[in-house]
Amino acid sequence: MTEIFGVPIQALYGQLMLGLVNGSFYAVLSLGLAVIFGMLNIINFAHGALYMAGAMLAWMGMEYLGIGYWWMLLLAPICVGLIGIAIERLMLQWLYKLDHLYGLLLTFGLALMIEGLFRDLYGVAGQPYSIPEEFAGAFNLGFMFLPKYRAWVVVASLSVCLMTWYMIEKTRLGAYLRAATENPQLTQAFGINVPLMVMLTYGFGVGLAGFAGVLAAPASQVGPLMGSNLIIVVFAVVVIGGMGSILGSVVTGLGLGIIEGMTKVFWPEASATVVFMIMAVVLMFRPAGLFGREK
Amino acid sequence: MMKRKLLALALSAMLFPAAGTALAQAGKISGDVVKVAVLTDMSGVYSALGGKGSVLAAEMAIEDFKAQFKPAFKIELVSADHQNKADVGSNKVREWYDKDGVDMVTDVLNSGVAIAVAKVTTEKNKILMDTGAASTRLTNEDCAPNNVVHYTYDTYALAKGPVSVMIKQGKESWYFLTADYAFGHSLEKDATDVIKANGGKVLGGVRHPLNASDFSSFLLQAQASKAKVVALANAGGDTINAIKAANEFGLTKNQSVVGLLTTIVDIHAVGLQATQGMMFTEGFYWNLNKETRDFSRRFFDRHKGMPNMLPAGTYSAVLHYLKAVQAAGTDDTAAVMKKMKETPINDAFAKGGKIREDGRMVHDMYLVEVKKPSESKEAWDYYHVKQVIPGDEAFQPMALSRCPAVAKK
Repeated sequence: MTEIFGVPIQALYGQLMLGLVNGSFYAVLSLGLAVIFGMLNIINFAHGALYMAGAMLAWMGMEYLGIGYWWMLLLAPICVGLIGIAIERLMLQWLYKLDHLYGLLLTFGLALMIEGLFRDLYGVAGQPYSIPEEFAGAFNLGFMFLPKYRAWVVVASLSVCLMTWYMIEKTRLGAYLRAATENPQLTQAFGINVPLMVMLTYGFGVGLAGFAGVLAAPASQVGPLMGSNLIIVVFAVVVIGGMGSILGSVVTGLGLGIIEGMTKVFWPEASATVVFMIMAVVLMFRPAGLFGREK
Repeated sequence: MMKRKLLALALSAMLFPAAGTALAQAGKISGDVVKVAVLTDMSGVYSALGGKGSVLAAEMAIEDFKAQFKPAFKIELVSADHQNKADVGSNKVREWYDKDGVDMVTDVLNSGVAIAVAKVTTEKNKILMDTGAASTRLTNEDCAPNNVVHYTYDTYALAKGPVSVMIKQGKESWYFLTADYAFGHSLEKDATDVIKANGGKVLGGVRHPLNASDFSSFLLQAQASKAKVVALANAGGDTINAIKAANEFGLTKNQSVVGLLTTIVDIHAVGLQATQGMMFTEGFYWNLNKETRDFSRRFFDRHKGMPNMLPAGTYSAVLHYLKAVQAAGTDDTAAVMKKMKETPINDAFAKGGKIREDGRMVHDMYLVEVKKPSESKEAWDYYHVKQVIPGDEAFQPMALSRCPAVAKK
């Protein structure tokens, strides 16, 4: 069997595949962050908590109302989006004129509160959420067993990323959005309701987090800490990709997922830090990130 | 220095006759109150294991003690969150001993915090009854037999049961998934020793960061190792996520997964579907006999969950401590410790338990196997008890002790 640094090539394929799965989560989450930062200039620290809320909603839907996975995949992001809209209308909209730091502090505080609430209600051990029946079992790829559900995660995340990119770059709505970011006053003068646009963008961005949460529910334990475990890495992804760059966040998300997967083979102890090492290097040579533009 | 202290003491005895009487009454209860403190993780990764459940267990122990013995002294309970930080824990305990007159501290899960708290306790000559931490260091390298009792379980006892049974079944090759910090290392080391002693071999292992959210990659490596047993030397959320992923990736078809530190709380969180057939050691199961059921149901009514070995151990430890205070007629550390070591422990948690000279509380452990979903008749009906491991076999024998204070001279 061919080996690379003592690791069979077959095992490497497996790890590449897993890196892709994790990368998909990073991609959807960092996409939401990038959209929000690009349009609102808000560093949304509540993203992880809302991702967790998406997963918790999926679980609650199943537990209390008997609503299955597929419906929750649609409903939970909408609920999270509505929560987001409420946050934007009630709190965030007063902060756009101020320094980034205020938005960051507010959303960080919200994240702690949301997490604390769920922790108080359900404890930290988490809730089990089983894989939908359609996806029970695994594909035998020869070099590894790929659980069907993980394959679905990749397909679903990439489709959502693609749709988001298309909507923002290729549709009229997207053009309005981009215009509203570039020059809000002028866009408003053309009769476009900019505050509405901003509100919907935030709702959509956190809706993406909710979507990722539902996707993650069957694959990991649904618990109040799941968001905070992930969010720091996702922020690193956004910084590496370039704050606000949509394409950048998706590509970097997938790429870092794969690099992290490889690290787990060659140097498992460093797998939690490799993303940050890359971030440090990228910031040294390209302070605006790989895909970002200097302003 | 010594002379000056003596002089000061003599002076103060002359100047303040009251101080003299206090000295003379050293055999009584200090401040007329026995103060018990629960130090635990209230909100972090391990809070589901101990946390509020441990505080409740201590409350129940005090209530039961009062009802049965009608003590002449008052008993108070305080509790605090150590946030899994050794410095936070030891500062809190120091404050408790110095300012609040706390006599005994219990729970103290998280081995890192426990070792720090044990040092403060020894320095202040108080009592730590550790019912939560796992590391065998508490009764070996960091032992303090006059002040510290390691009560519920330890990494040696956890490893012993499943390892010897698995190897007897012909599953002699092992692979480790280890949490990369003191506790994980200690558990891996103890388990490796037991594996080798039983003629098995360790094919390798991977150390993962604490709180790793994704285990699939590590499990793939475990799969590639072709080891017959994949041992999880981690706890709490890490164990839960590893078990889930092991099922998803079909690892459980050809290999056995052993969660070395697994409790009923983890099984409840993951569900029987994913955990069925798993084997591990627990120090307590609610459905063992009438006494455990009565205690656990009372606990359940107030906690909305069954107790695992941590709260059950805390209950027993507090009860045993209070009984010793009652019998000794004082809360003086040396007298109470002596009484505790003399008296066998018989309650809902332990039968014929005894505290060894190195501070290890020795009691029966249970090798359990998780039931299939079809076998479970009611909520929390999760275990087949495969074997009762007698205390003397379950825990590290004194002959292997690395505790300087009790080592053979």
